[in-house]
Amino acid sequence: MLQINSVTKQFGGIKAVDDFTCRVKKGHIHSIIGPNGAGKTTLVNMITGVYKVDSGTIFLDGADITNISTDKLVYRGVCRTFQNLEICENLTVLENVLLGFDKYMDKGLLKSCFRAKSILDDEKRYIDRAKHLLGLIGLEDLADKKAENLSYGILKKLEIVRALGTSPELILLDEPVAGLNPKETQEVSDLIRTVVADEVTIILVEHDMKMVMQVSDYITVMNFGKKLAEGTPDEIVNNQDVIRAYLGSGVVC
Amino acid sequence: MLKRYNINRDILTLSMILVIAPFFFQNDFYYEIAIVSLLNALICIGLNMLMGYAGQVSLGHGAFAGLGGYIAVILGSKYGITPLFSIFIAVVTMSLFAFIISKPILRLKGHYLAMATLGIGIIISIVLNVEDELTGGSDGMSVDSFTIFGYEFVDSLQWYILCSFLLVFTIWMFSNLIDSPFGRVLRSIEGSEKAANSVGINVSHYKSIVFVISVVIATIAGSLYAFFSGFISPGEASFSHSIELVVMVVLGGLGRIYGAIIGAVILTILPQLLTSFEDYQTLIYGSIIIFVMIFMPKGIASVYEDVKGRLFASNK
Repeated sequence: MLQINSVTKQFGGIKAVDDFTCRVKKGHIHSIIGPNGAGKTTLVNMITGVYKVDSGTIFLDGADITNISTDKLVYRGVCRTFQNLEICENLTVLENVLLGFDKYMDKGLLKSCFRAKSILDDEKRYIDRAKHLLGLIGLEDLADKKAENLSYGILKKLEIVRALGTSPELILLDEPVAGLNPKETQEVSDLIRTVVADEVTIILVEHDMKMVMQVSDYITVMNFGKKLAEGTPDEIVNNQDVIRAYLGSGVVC
Repeated sequence: MLKRYNINRDILTLSMILVIAPFFFQNDFYYEIAIVSLLNALICIGLNMLMGYAGQVSLGHGAFAGLGGYIAVILGSKYGITPLFSIFIAVVTMSLFAFIISKPILRLKGHYLAMATLGIGIIISIVLNVEDELTGGSDGMSVDSFTIFGYEFVDSLQWYILCSFLLVFTIWMFSNLIDSPFGRVLRSIEGSEKAANSVGINVSHYKSIVFVISVVIATIAGSLYAFFSGFISPGEASFSHSIELVVMVVLGGLGRIYGAIIGAVILTILPQLLTSFEDYQTLIYGSIIIFVMIFMPKGIASVYEDVKGRLFASNK
């Protein structure tokens, strides 16, 4: 589905991502792991057009999506979440999810000023769908609460649900469980596996090994911007290079 | 959920105040202050949309209002175009102008954006001062009377009614807009540009649109002010007028629909009330603003909303 062909990104003299090639299969939960500074987030930022790719190409289902901006990618079925929470705290929980449906909504200026029927119909239709999404993470009751009043763990889930609103085919999750406690981590992996995995392909960047091993279909390990290894979770756990470079000796996952 | 006709308690209250207020006006001076308040409030609604909802600061809206006013006036006096049509041309010109400058300057953030709008405002003000063949220079120029399809506005009451209608209509449209998906996009930009971007929103496109809307409103208000006062001078486009408008929005309450009106009315009336203090006028004026900002950091409208929230809590 997603094909990354020898992409490189250089910051000053440092090659954050160096000649990286990778293939993501449709329907897979594909994890990208690696030590801090390995270039994982840079890679995500390159795929989603936040950073310009220095060299190399990225293809989505055969179409070139190299250097296409994040907002345009959404219309091609690619959506992302962020390592550092990006939630609109000034909006309510429901409004944050509604934002996910934004690309389907009528936003004509005059129509909005005069409350045309199409605006009202859209709003009604997508409120129902947004509430359905909130139900998946058990937040219906908090729908009208301001997002700023909610805990970090809930907002992390909210971000994933918001991304689902855009009905993506590929979703990039950048450290969705960073800073969460074990219970919340479990909830997020359940969400990822049961809800998300049925319909979409996932690229997961994460440090929590237990979770990565649990949910992934396939894993790519990065180190110093290069691909170190790839394979199924079992293969990665037993890969000597990976153990040496990343997991350290004697760690059992 | 959105309602079809958004006639709510706040709009009715505003309309009622506007209807009742003239009974307390003892002479033309009261009307004059009221009309200036209403026109300032109009500009502040647009500025509030830009600052309070889309999170972009502008220190140039006084200048935009002034320039818009000049365009309308010059078209009328030099080319004999009727007032309504000259305002229309001014709006078109200014929206083009705003759209073009919005592309480079709205890439800037925070202080840099403020600096850029400040710079453009000052350039406008200098041009209006220097181009005296066209603008009359620092002496300003007189303005023909205002007519709509031949109906002439001479009386203060006529002006008051016109401006009141315009304000209520604008507020009504504005609250519709803010509650719509379009408004949600604006609020999301203020909340997190990255989040907005990640769900497919072209952030800079929306910033431009809002900037243009706010400049259009400023142009309309600025032109009407020129026609009302029968005179226009570069003072309208001065830096201090721009600052005054920003203070109105912040004092009234950023991101609160009625904040802009409250701020505009209070800051237009306050200097008149304080004239009796003579030498100490500016000192007291400044102190009041400082105290309001210390004790009501979210603006005066936030207090009104708190009170309303408590009064009508049981109704909901």
